[in-house]
Amino acid sequence: MSLDRSQVENVAQLARLQVTEDAMAATVTSLSSILDLADQLQKIDTEGVEPLSNPLDATARLRPDDVTEHNQRDAYQAIAPSAADGLYLVPKVIE
Amino acid sequence: MLDKTLTQLAAGLARGDFSSVELTQAYLDRIRQHNADLNAYITVTDDIALAQAATADEQRAAGNAGPLTGLPIAHKDIFCTQGVRTSCGSRMLDNFIAPYESTVTARLAGAGAVMLGKTNLDEFAMGSSTESSYYGPTRNPWNRDTVPGGSSGGSATAVAARLAAAATGTDTGGSIRQPAAFTGITGLKPTYGRVSRWGMIAYGSSLDCGGPMTQTAEDAALMLNAIAGFDPKDSTSMDRPADDYQARLNEPLAGLRIGLPKEYFGDGLNDGIRAAVMAAVSELEKLGATVKEISLPRTELSIPAYYIIAPAEASTNLSRYDGVRYGYRCKDPVDLEDLYKRTRAEGFGAEVQRRILVGTYALSAGYYDAYYKKAQQLRRLIRDDFQTGFQEVDVILAPTTPSPAWTLGEKSNDPVAMYLEDIYTLSTNLAGLPALALPCGQVGGLPVGLQLIGNYFEESHLLNIGHQYQQATDWHLQAPVL
Amino acid sequence: MEWETVIGLEIHVQLSTRSKIFSGSSTQYGAEPNTQASLVDLAMPGALPVFNENALRKAVAFGLAIDAHIGKRSVFDRKNYFYPDLPKGYQITQMDDPIVGLGEVEIVLDDGSTRTIGVTRAHLEEDAGKSLHEDFEGMTGIDLNRAGTPLLEIVSEPDMRSAKEAVAYLKKIHSIVTYIGISDGNMAEGSLRCDANVSVRPKGQTEFGTRTEIKNINSFKFVEKAINVEVQRHIDVIEDGGTVTQETRLYDADKNETRSMRSKEFANDYRYFPEPDLLPVEIDDAYIQDVKDRLPELPDAKIQRFKADYGLSDYDATVLAASRAMADYFEAVVDVTKDAKLAANWCMGELAGQLNRYEQDIADSPVSAADLGLLIQRIQDNTVSNKIAKTVFEAMFRGEGSADEIIEAQGLKQVSDSGAIEAMIDEVIANNPGQVADYRSGKDKLFGFFVGQVMKASKGQANPAQVNDILKSKLQG
Repeated sequence: MSLDRSQVENVAQLARLQVTEDAMAATVTSLSSILDLADQLQKIDTEGVEPLSNPLDATARLRPDDVTEHNQRDAYQAIAPSAADGLYLVPKVIE
Repeated sequence: MLDKTLTQLAAGLARGDFSSVELTQAYLDRIRQHNADLNAYITVTDDIALAQAATADEQRAAGNAGPLTGLPIAHKDIFCTQGVRTSCGSRMLDNFIAPYESTVTARLAGAGAVMLGKTNLDEFAMGSSTESSYYGPTRNPWNRDTVPGGSSGGSATAVAARLAAAATGTDTGGSIRQPAAFTGITGLKPTYGRVSRWGMIAYGSSLDCGGPMTQTAEDAALMLNAIAGFDPKDSTSMDRPADDYQARLNEPLAGLRIGLPKEYFGDGLNDGIRAAVMAAVSELEKLGATVKEISLPRTELSIPAYYIIAPAEASTNLSRYDGVRYGYRCKDPVDLEDLYKRTRAEGFGAEVQRRILVGTYALSAGYYDAYYKKAQQLRRLIRDDFQTGFQEVDVILAPTTPSPAWTLGEKSNDPVAMYLEDIYTLSTNLAGLPALALPCGQVGGLPVGLQLIGNYFEESHLLNIGHQYQQATDWHLQAPVL
Repeated sequence: MEWETVIGLEIHVQLSTRSKIFSGSSTQYGAEPNTQASLVDLAMPGALPVFNENALRKAVAFGLAIDAHIGKRSVFDRKNYFYPDLPKGYQITQMDDPIVGLGEVEIVLDDGSTRTIGVTRAHLEEDAGKSLHEDFEGMTGIDLNRAGTPLLEIVSEPDMRSAKEAVAYLKKIHSIVTYIGISDGNMAEGSLRCDANVSVRPKGQTEFGTRTEIKNINSFKFVEKAINVEVQRHIDVIEDGGTVTQETRLYDADKNETRSMRSKEFANDYRYFPEPDLLPVEIDDAYIQDVKDRLPELPDAKIQRFKADYGLSDYDATVLAASRAMADYFEAVVDVTKDAKLAANWCMGELAGQLNRYEQDIADSPVSAADLGLLIQRIQDNTVSNKIAKTVFEAMFRGEGSADEIIEAQGLKQVSDSGAIEAMIDEVIANNPGQVADYRSGKDKLFGFFVGQVMKASKGQANPAQVNDILKSKLQG
């Protein structure tokens, strides 16, 4: 299945990836070729087959409601690109 | 000293032939000598290694040595190691000093192993050649113009070139087995859920699996004993006791039923590899195994299924890299959108971006059913095919790769050509089965390998077969001349 | 034209677990920023979620409380979008297989009539962090303490036809979740938050009009106001010949208006898919029965019991049972006083009045149920009159001490010493010869005047019954 430029732009927006003008054509081409490969799936009849999300069809194990984590803010924020007053800082968010 | 296997080194340490500090120093010296050329390590942790080695020697002197005490190993730079850069081969995490330790590395450290450093990999484990790393490609020590495979290419090269006694790897679609085949070492991808994913940076969550990369099956058993087992921090970790993976190593193979899936021996298979694998089959027959042809009819479809599921999961697993809490952040973002888009465009390399885009597309409105859901349905069919096969045979034997290592750069600009090379390894990940890759010959001076695929939690049996094969052959002892 | 309003509510209830839904961080409200944000909450590379059993238990309890279908196999999904308070870039929620399916609740309107409101579903999900927009040199600050707090999102059918019904429904849900103890229901702290889907249609039309969603209305009062103002906006738009745009709007309480949220350049596409880091949650009948066995008495059952056991009126029982805290308080007072009517009058009268005056929650009442019980006992044993007791209660509410301490300190003990009362009456009679003469000549109505004078002289503390008796005999004298 070949993609067009606007589809790639939409997907790049959803994924928050900036695709430069220079790279756009090559991106469209390579994504199209990967989706061509993926389209082999379409010839298979999977009617009524339950999707497999875990290979062992295992089910959830539950955690007791205990507080096991304690404040490690200093250690965690030591690797933050921008933090002040205990907060992570980002460019102004406009509601 | 460095030509010995992990098991032999353990014996040497136990006998007092050498100390862990001496052994560690010897590896560090060899790394210093060859790493610039091979680029197996992203980070060499000399100080940590020597300190751990000294502690190990003290423990041994005090009579507290465990099976791995003092053995120097390397970790794929996808496992978080506290206080040490954990880059995942990406500019995005070039400055990421992990604030915690993964379960795999913690268990190995707890068993006394010494960490030599962090090995190179395809960025975020997305690749089959270790060329997509931000830190440059790793070279195959058998021929530096060829790739070592990937994504655990750094670990493979480190073990093959004797820059580490053993190493950790991860396998999402063949990332332990394929580089093991390309570099002539042994690699085990355990059952999904057998080894904890806590602290192992996610690529495709439902496929990712950590495992050992070693010279021999015996070594792999030694290492798996340390890392396998239930971990309450990983919801997909299986809550059942791990085996003693060394216990069955010496069982005879008489009566073993081996299945050869005909789809793995088709036109795409290199003739040299076919011959090497069939020679190994003969060897196993000599050891008492019987062989029959089976069919895994949807093998070819594992490629499209995998290249939808893995990128789809990856596309959202990698959303956390947003320049807010850790890792790379673009310079002077003008607003939030700019922060996200430039951070991610500058922090991720081309292949990672490609897979994020494919995965995002496969999950997007209107395409989910046709791609992601369809691939997950196919996944069940592939799993069922294996179960049908295991009704007739105990293990499945197949080549690990269709061709030997390719030349650096050869497939870099053609992602689909590279994806097709994964045809023999992907379906085991989709089914979550364990598989052991073993070296079984050489083609044009490059190692080639076979893999044994077992049913769920059959690691002990695979290691038993691998060990018996290696007792009868010496491909695993071949080492490249540096 | 006559318009009909159609309203559906999405209520987010924070579940009162100790730790977060997928990590071992504390959920305590009000901690220093990011001190309750663990590796999992911060979405560190390689960190993985593990589901909290208590969150599951509370969600199932809600389902049972509204007689809903319980999902024996529920599945977590990822909802993908980028926002700085969402560290993973996706929210873990439940899409196709929620823990709670179809259920219903009954609401009572002001006129006493009842209506049944359908609950479409209730699903578990994690809360996001908070963005703090105070100025950090032109930056926004992110606090992830709240990230990962368990939420139950309760989605109603579009069954409500007025803002008042919506408020009644919200109150009912609030009452249920606090009754069964799955949430503290504290709206000021965001433990219960509400989005309203609003549309209008000409009366008699069956198709729905275009709806808008009003986000984050966080008090009962604002829910009513926000819906009313939005309904009027819809009607105005349509009557002016326009069409309502389907969109998300914010309610501005200061201006009492809704406004469109900044429209996104691209439409959201959340790319839901099953969360591969978590496995499907399966529960069996035994688990459900266990939750059921531990479920406390629900409001409707309690009202019936209050009427039967305590002989309360329908109105009193309903008011007292409206919140579990009030109902528990009331029953604790009855325990001490053994007089349900008196306890009910005090809880609904003085207690509710003082709480209202100081805008306090009953949970934070400075006067405990046991203390109020002791005060009422002082009425019962004639230590103080009902009137004086009210003064004592006010002092207790201000924190001046226990009933006995205040009565003692302020000398409010009722005077039952007949000698003392006689002396006061003698004085009153001596000081008012004219009135005494008039009374004795037949002006019976003046009796009240004398009672008032005696009570005044005793500062209200004289035992009224004794005053009556003695006064009568002396005046006849």
